[in-house]
Amino acid sequence: MKTELTDEQLAHKEAFRRFVDEEVVPYAREHDLEERLNPAVIDKVIEKGYLGSMIPTKFGGTGMDMVTLGILNEEIGRGCASLRCLLTVHGMLALAILRWGTQQQRTDYLPRLAKGEILGAFALSEPNVGSDAKSVETTAVLDGDEYVLTGTKKWITMGQIADLFLIIAKCEGQPTAFLVERERPGFCTKAMKGLLGTRATMIAELHMDNCRIPKENIIGRVGTGLTHVGLSCLDYGRYTVAWGCVGTAQAAFEASVAYARDRQQFGAPLSDNQLIRKMISEMTVNIKAARQLCYHAGYLKEVGDPDTIMETWVAKYYASTMVTKVTSDAVQIFGGNGCLDQYPVERYFRDAKINEIIEGSTQMHEILIASHIFKTM
Amino acid sequence: MENAIKAKVKKFLSRFFKSQEIADDQDIFSLGFVNSLFAMQLVLFLEKEFDIMVDTEDLDLENFRTIDLITSFVEKKQA
Repeated sequence: MKTELTDEQLAHKEAFRRFVDEEVVPYAREHDLEERLNPAVIDKVIEKGYLGSMIPTKFGGTGMDMVTLGILNEEIGRGCASLRCLLTVHGMLALAILRWGTQQQRTDYLPRLAKGEILGAFALSEPNVGSDAKSVETTAVLDGDEYVLTGTKKWITMGQIADLFLIIAKCEGQPTAFLVERERPGFCTKAMKGLLGTRATMIAELHMDNCRIPKENIIGRVGTGLTHVGLSCLDYGRYTVAWGCVGTAQAAFEASVAYARDRQQFGAPLSDNQLIRKMISEMTVNIKAARQLCYHAGYLKEVGDPDTIMETWVAKYYASTMVTKVTSDAVQIFGGNGCLDQYPVERYFRDAKINEIIEGSTQMHEILIASHIFKTM
Repeated sequence: MENAIKAKVKKFLSRFFKSQEIADDQDIFSLGFVNSLFAMQLVLFLEKEFDIMVDTEDLDLENFRTIDLITSFVEKKQA
């Protein structure tokens, strides 16, 4: 058994880290305060080809292996959790097209998604529907050669700037996936503001009022919107969120170590205090454990093992609860300074909590993981 | 060939139906044990184990409802 990164993966990690330190970290506070991603930062992500990281080279992407892709999400998450969310939702849409789309849909959209000419987003949640995804109220009715979509989506990450949306709607009474372009008549978005964390994810409500799309815009078949299309999207979502948690925790950890070294109290650095050391030790171990779970889930994805779905639930559950604790301890180590937005740890703390809600809440993970155990053990 | 495929499918399914012997022609989706997670795990299993691609047009319950139907589906895809 070998669990070390290859030379190539290590080189990628180094390059990602350098990019994030130079091009992302300096903008993270601005993103948080202004509740928007700086377009110049998105352009730099596009220039690097990171928006095509999950798309095969034959469609113009960089076709990273799943472990390298995870490391990319860790590093971007270390710099700016909101920017990492862009990679997640863009990838969810791209992978839905790659996995379940027609050849025409693949050639029409994947090269443009890979180049960042268009941005993608995934739209499942609604005003009345969160975890209970099967109960979506948006409807799609076939009328001649078109589907007519009616309904409202809410909390849609990058909804303010995405060009192409994967919409889950009820068709013939069954959840079904559709591609909807922003410019379709009857489709509009309304920005949402005031998020606790990942404030630059540019979330929006999507309104569809008799929005007509060609019938060729269906992804998968009627009734497979959640079981196959949605589940594969959300599996990728959970995987990248888990990695993003590791990145945010790593940022809080590194800031905590530096602060504990510099900050003097009682005539000595904080790092001499045994209770501070306890928190640093717990951070160290828990971040490593979360990263190992992510590596494991990534390896299983790479080899196509069906266990990857459950192992991704496990990794996301552990990483998202871990990052809440790590960032909370980071605020504690910083004391009063940790509660002030002149230091990054209060942002990490707010960003961290979002991960316990998106792509399945902590409680949904607890229900599903235990249920799977009782079913299979 | 058919028996080898069937044996692998049965072994995979036994993880989800531990307490129950499933007949080759029994509807596994009507037993109440499976959920949407299983549906996707089954797809991943078939693709990895038999080196096939389950396409959108294959997503018909009639390809996956029983061990016999899954076996026939794999044979058809491998042909």
